[in-house]
Amino acid sequence: MKHYEVTFIVDPVLSGDEIKATAQNYVDQFKSEGCTIVHNDEMGLRQLAYPINRRTSGVYYSVEVAAETGEFINKVELAFRRDERIMRFLTIGLDKYGIKYNDDKRNGLIGTFKKKGKKGDDKKEDKRGNNKSRDDRKAAPKKEAPKATPAKAAPVAAAAEAKAEEE
Amino acid sequence: MASRDDIKFLSNPNIGSQRKKYCRFRKFGIKHIDYKDADFLSQFVNEQGKILPRRITGNSLKYQRKVAIAVKRARHLAMLPYVTDLFKK
Repeated sequence: MKHYEVTFIVDPVLSGDEIKATAQNYVDQFKSEGCTIVHNDEMGLRQLAYPINRRTSGVYYSVEVAAETGEFINKVELAFRRDERIMRFLTIGLDKYGIKYNDDKRNGLIGTFKKKGKKGDDKKEDKRGNNKSRDDRKAAPKKEAPKATPAKAAPVAAAAEAKAEEE
Repeated sequence: MASRDDIKFLSNPNIGSQRKKYCRFRKFGIKHIDYKDADFLSQFVNEQGKILPRRITGNSLKYQRKVAIAVKRARHLAMLPYVTDLFKK
């Protein structure tokens, strides 16, 4: 089984239901091609870095699928090309690190990269545990906070114990 | 007796002694670079949105290639600009 990640941008002019229906349509298509859906990440409405078809924002979806062969890609990409509601799409094959990364990300092991302000300590701690930044600002601070405290607390506790033993 | 701390230098003696660059991916054990993470990738592009060379970022060749691929994917998905001025900062 190989894992693939299909990211696509849906036209934001559609109504909320239509956007969801479009995405669901493709998820169903993956299933009908014999793939198993590992995860369907709705990244939501984001600003585009440059206008596409005179749109300045788009609704991002990122679907991770597992399939025996890559035959489904041609069929799905053909459908993407024909579909006017899809602004962009990208299919990539994931290597073992990519699969692990996505898995960790879903379990909240990967912290957010902070663009401005608190760099330094926070950033270093993020990276030590193979934690890389990501763009989920809603969820990340909550997940990061409990993780950071034990990491900091542990060395302090260990140091305290060491001192007690010496005395 | 004046110790080294008391001596006042006319010019900053630390100038010229550069900090050694290192590959952050190797140092922190990052194996996969996510193309969907535009904020992280923005570290590796300059104000015009061009990919910075290894000379500046200090990345090892292996990870510089991965960064370049990730940046190009992010550009395709309009997460990073192809060309711009005054990007970030």
